[in-house]
Amino acid sequence: MLELLGNNSWMAEAVLLATWETIYMVLTSTVLSYLFGLPLGIILVTTAENHILENRALNQVLGSIVNAARSIPFIIFLILLIPLTRFLIGTSIGTVASIVPLTLAAIPFVARIVETSLKEIEQGLIEAAISMGANAWQIIGKVLLPEATPSLLLGVAITAINLVGYSAMAGIVGGGGLGTLAYYYGYQRYEDTVMWITVIVLIILVQGMQMLGDNLANKIVNKRR
Amino acid sequence: MIEIKNLSKIYFASGQEILALDNVNLRVQKGEIFGIIGLSGAGKSTLIRCINMLEKPTRGSITVDGRKITLLDKRELRLARQKIGMIFQQFNLLSSRTVFDNVLFPLEIAGAPRQEAARRVQELLELVGLTDKAGMYPAQLSGGQKQRVGIARALANGPKLLLSDEATSALDPQTTRSILKLLKDINRQFHLTILLITHDMNVIKEVCDRVAVIDNSRIVEVGHVLEVFSNPQTPTSHSFVNAVISRDFPGELLHSTTERSGDIASKLIRVSFIGASAGQPLISSMIRRYNLDVNIIYGNIDRIKDTPFGNLTLEVLGHPGLLQEALDYLRGEGLEIEVLRNA
Ligand SMILES: Nc1ncnc2c1ncn2[C@@H]1O[C@H](COP(=O)(O)OP(=O)(O)OP(=O)(O)O)[C@@H](O)[C@H]1O
Ligand SMILES: [Mg+2]
Repeated sequence: MLELLGNNSWMAEAVLLATWETIYMVLTSTVLSYLFGLPLGIILVTTAENHILENRALNQVLGSIVNAARSIPFIIFLILLIPLTRFLIGTSIGTVASIVPLTLAAIPFVARIVETSLKEIEQGLIEAAISMGANAWQIIGKVLLPEATPSLLLGVAITAINLVGYSAMAGIVGGGGLGTLAYYYGYQRYEDTVMWITVIVLIILVQGMQMLGDNLANKIVNKRR
Repeated sequence: MIEIKNLSKIYFASGQEILALDNVNLRVQKGEIFGIIGLSGAGKSTLIRCINMLEKPTRGSITVDGRKITLLDKRELRLARQKIGMIFQQFNLLSSRTVFDNVLFPLEIAGAPRQEAARRVQELLELVGLTDKAGMYPAQLSGGQKQRVGIARALANGPKLLLSDEATSALDPQTTRSILKLLKDINRQFHLTILLITHDMNVIKEVCDRVAVIDNSRIVEVGHVLEVFSNPQTPTSHSFVNAVISRDFPGELLHSTTERSGDIASKLIRVSFIGASAGQPLISSMIRRYNLDVNIIYGNIDRIKDTPFGNLTLEVLGHPGLLQEALDYLRGEGLEIEVLRNA
């Protein structure tokens, strides 16, 4: 790849910058979406029937909101959120501005994926903790989250990988990063090289994230096995 | 230690009412090992889970160590639960924590000071014989070792009562015995009251002082284990007892008769003996005293908790009058006699 770029230093710079922008968008929106999505997922699990904070009404309301948000295609989400992004960031163009729709789109996804991870925990473990006199916070902090850590880490990898895809879409409407690069040079100017380089970088990014997630999760699983 | 009054539990599942406990009354004394035995679905788990309110009773009251556990608010209940240990069939250890940290868990919940808690964990691991496994994860332990961790964990906050929901049902017979022995030791050492449920009469036989038989959501029999073993009152208890000490024998034996001349009577009797009388040569002295002939059909001796217990099925032949006197003699010596056939 470096050879490809060797006689094209402007291209090398553009690709490096775009890669960095993508990583920045993806990491920031992953962190931010977990900031909201993790608690939301915990609430979804614990307010379900027969769980430690059972609350039918809250569970159903949150569940419906999450489902509704998840049923909007990301590209439409992007357009819908332009006014909000402008209000929050002052512009709807650029990497920082992209973080708003990326985060908001990922929150319901994260909530569901966290919910799935936490649901796998055996009822018996929760009951054992209850029988020892644990309160809800202790059960969440000392049972649910630690027991589900490997599964939660895999969820983070999946979220980040999804956000790589979303960020490319955001790039097409001016969000920056590899999406913008591919769109400008690849699509509008027919620069095949840039297009292919973008694809390769994206593949490497996604592979890297998946491997990182798998490795971390396996490390924990192996330690406990 | 535990007083259960008019306890009923109804489950609602898919539009149906399931009566899992029907007006249960029970008292468990301080310091005893009390067993509850019943078939699958009889309501055992429901009953034991009501005692620490994992299951909310539909009706009735439960008092544990003088406190009405059914009337406590959430916070009080959490504090009360810290003093009621529980162990489970599936062990329910946290896979994310080492053996040490699993035992530490209830102490963290109770907010015990760090140093003191660590000392306590060491003590408990020593008690259950797992000091060398402190740094291992539950997945690296055998079933018996897991249950030992479960027991150490249940004892961490110094409970007065230990609840055991089929704690040995997932273990092989030998491991079961070692776990039961541990429970017996703990019961003696700390005067800990233990309430255990099981479907295995061997467990009752090995450790329990008293037993309740639960059948179809109701307690049908309560008594000292020896009493229930020597003289079960209900068909359910009868079949549980028979499962471990075979009291029944082939029916044709009941009808077969030994050849005998005119004035000789025959009786088929079952003699049950408990404790001290098991050590005395009562049968041979009966034979000499009353000039009888005895045909041994079946015999069996066993141990219930720490008391020898046995039964012997005999065909006794002799003069009709003497025969009757002989039975009275045995009864007078404290043996339980059941006449199975007269001829
Ligand atoms: N959460 C529940 N919801 C509905 N019905 C239940 C529930 N738990 C138990 N039951 C029903 O209550 C009855 C008693 O169940 P319980 O678990 O107490 O039996 P058990 O004696 O412990 O049986 P086993 O030996 O199989 O564990 C059964 O008919 C069971 O189907
Ligand atoms: Mg059960």
